[in-house]
Amino acid sequence: MDPGAIASAAQMRMYIIIGYLGLLVLLGLFASRMGRGTKTDYLLASHSIGPFLLLMSLFGTTMTAFAMVGSSAEAYSNGILPYGLMASSSGIVHSLCFFLVGIKLWSFGKRYGYSTQIEFFRDRLDSQLIGYVLFPILVVLLIPYLLLGVYASGMAIQAMTAGAFPDFAMFADAKPSMNGGVPRWLGSLVVCGVVLFYVFFGGMRGTAWANAFQTMVFMVLGALAVYLLAMKLGGHDTLLENLRELSSKVDADHTTRRQHSQLEFFTYLLIPLSVGMFPHIFQHWLTAKNAESFKLAVVCHPLFIMIVWVPCVFIGIWATTLNLPPGVAADPNTILPFLVKKELAPMIAGLLAAGILAAIMSSLDSQFLCVGTMFSTDIAEPLIGKQLDGRQQVWVARSFIVAIVIVTYLISLLKVQSVFKMGVWSFAGFASLFPVVFASLYWKRLTAAGALAGILTAIGSWLYLFQRGGWGADENFALEFFWQNEVVRANPVVLPFIGGIVAMVLTSLITKPPKNDVIAKFFPVNKS
Amino acid sequence: MRNLIWLLILLLIFARQDFWYWEDETLVFGFFPIGFFYQALISVAAGVLWYLATIYCWPRDLIEQVKEEVAGEGQ
Repeated sequence: MDPGAIASAAQMRMYIIIGYLGLLVLLGLFASRMGRGTKTDYLLASHSIGPFLLLMSLFGTTMTAFAMVGSSAEAYSNGILPYGLMASSSGIVHSLCFFLVGIKLWSFGKRYGYSTQIEFFRDRLDSQLIGYVLFPILVVLLIPYLLLGVYASGMAIQAMTAGAFPDFAMFADAKPSMNGGVPRWLGSLVVCGVVLFYVFFGGMRGTAWANAFQTMVFMVLGALAVYLLAMKLGGHDTLLENLRELSSKVDADHTTRRQHSQLEFFTYLLIPLSVGMFPHIFQHWLTAKNAESFKLAVVCHPLFIMIVWVPCVFIGIWATTLNLPPGVAADPNTILPFLVKKELAPMIAGLLAAGILAAIMSSLDSQFLCVGTMFSTDIAEPLIGKQLDGRQQVWVARSFIVAIVIVTYLISLLKVQSVFKMGVWSFAGFASLFPVVFASLYWKRLTAAGALAGILTAIGSWLYLFQRGGWGADENFALEFFWQNEVVRANPVVLPFIGGIVAMVLTSLITKPPKNDVIAKFFPVNKS
Repeated sequence: MRNLIWLLILLLIFARQDFWYWEDETLVFGFFPIGFFYQALISVAAGVLWYLATIYCWPRDLIEQVKEEVAGEGQ
């Protein structure tokens, strides 16, 4: 292809991305016109979210850069392994969390008017201190998760627009596969700006609508991507022939899991428990109109995960048989954007780029809104010492959202490690806190001291392991020990998870039991 | 029935471990690696089981209690 044609194709993809981002801005404006200006409306959409929107927002929030860009990259490196590691396990465990944790927390939120997870813990554990300890921990754990979204969005935009402006000095890049594209810093900045806009003005309603819209976009376009790529790469007339042709070339290391540890695979089952402790998922649970709204999310979540992950894993394993440029092969996170751009018509590729961005932004928005909500409700108000009115709370939340977007964006300018591994570390931190939320709902004897001991042990050991793993740089980091003269590997989450449980249980048992009125409030006797 | 559903969910967690297809190179329908196909079926089975759970294990008592309390506060 001549340079002029490359540039015009890349420019078309860029205009489609701009058009898509413009649509989201309009959606945010529309949502803001529907808002009532109250705190409950801005933070929880006035508890008005029905089954469909709840399903789409929960699913869109849990699927991120990790699902589309990370899964295809991981499949390129490790074959079919990531589907079992993260997708099928999430299908079981996420719905389990919605069922056992989500509905109960929603019921307490409905009864006692909570907006955040920390409000629940303060009440349940009868301790203000727990909020001050938990807030920085939750924000620190969210930062790698936010970072992977901000980083991956900039990277995807650069990869998809590479070649658009090869003579523009600001768009120059040392990697030929990225040269002439919108630089990562600018792409990330624009995405942060758009998400900030619709979260700032639309609040939870804008976020839920944007999530639903974006979830539909990335599900449809993900399936379309695998179909079109199969038809293009296979070289035959029918889809089945192409699928067979492509899969037959993949080596056994990528069609089996023979290179990987079974114990490590098993221990990854703990990672999706993170959903039970994600503060942004907690906030989405509270938006539900009624308990019936959860049913659709519980049932469809595993199926939706399959719809998104199966195509991405196929693309990743097929890519192992292609002759990729060294720059792309060295950075598997760029494989999906690279293939879409190289193999598909500019219009389709532009739409698919929008799909990738949709997956990323549908998580970023909830996370940004959530940290703003936590700051205004759990930190600003208790510290100021007086009840802020609804509008003041909304403005405090908005101000903190702006601050956290700026901080995350600035950190994202540094080198970010593998999207998949960064995600796993963040999820591992949240998963290690899961026993605390579970015990708070099902174990009357849990005390504030026990919860604090559990949280600090889990996070302390998580931080230690994260540091040992080079803050995500060591992609093969795992717990290793000898068993029957063999080295056995396990996911690092095992240590903080078990350590946290032991500390929580022992400390609870040796400290004074919770007051009777707390027990009566959270463990009411069933009248029927 | 309630206990049976929870037992089936535990069995599904065990079935997900799937060491029996760990090194199997078979391609189902000629293109779907069997270990991958099996894990996709686990996702489908999870959807079916969770559907049954919403019928047989739904926390109706808790939900009724919340409805009563919220309605009581509104009066």
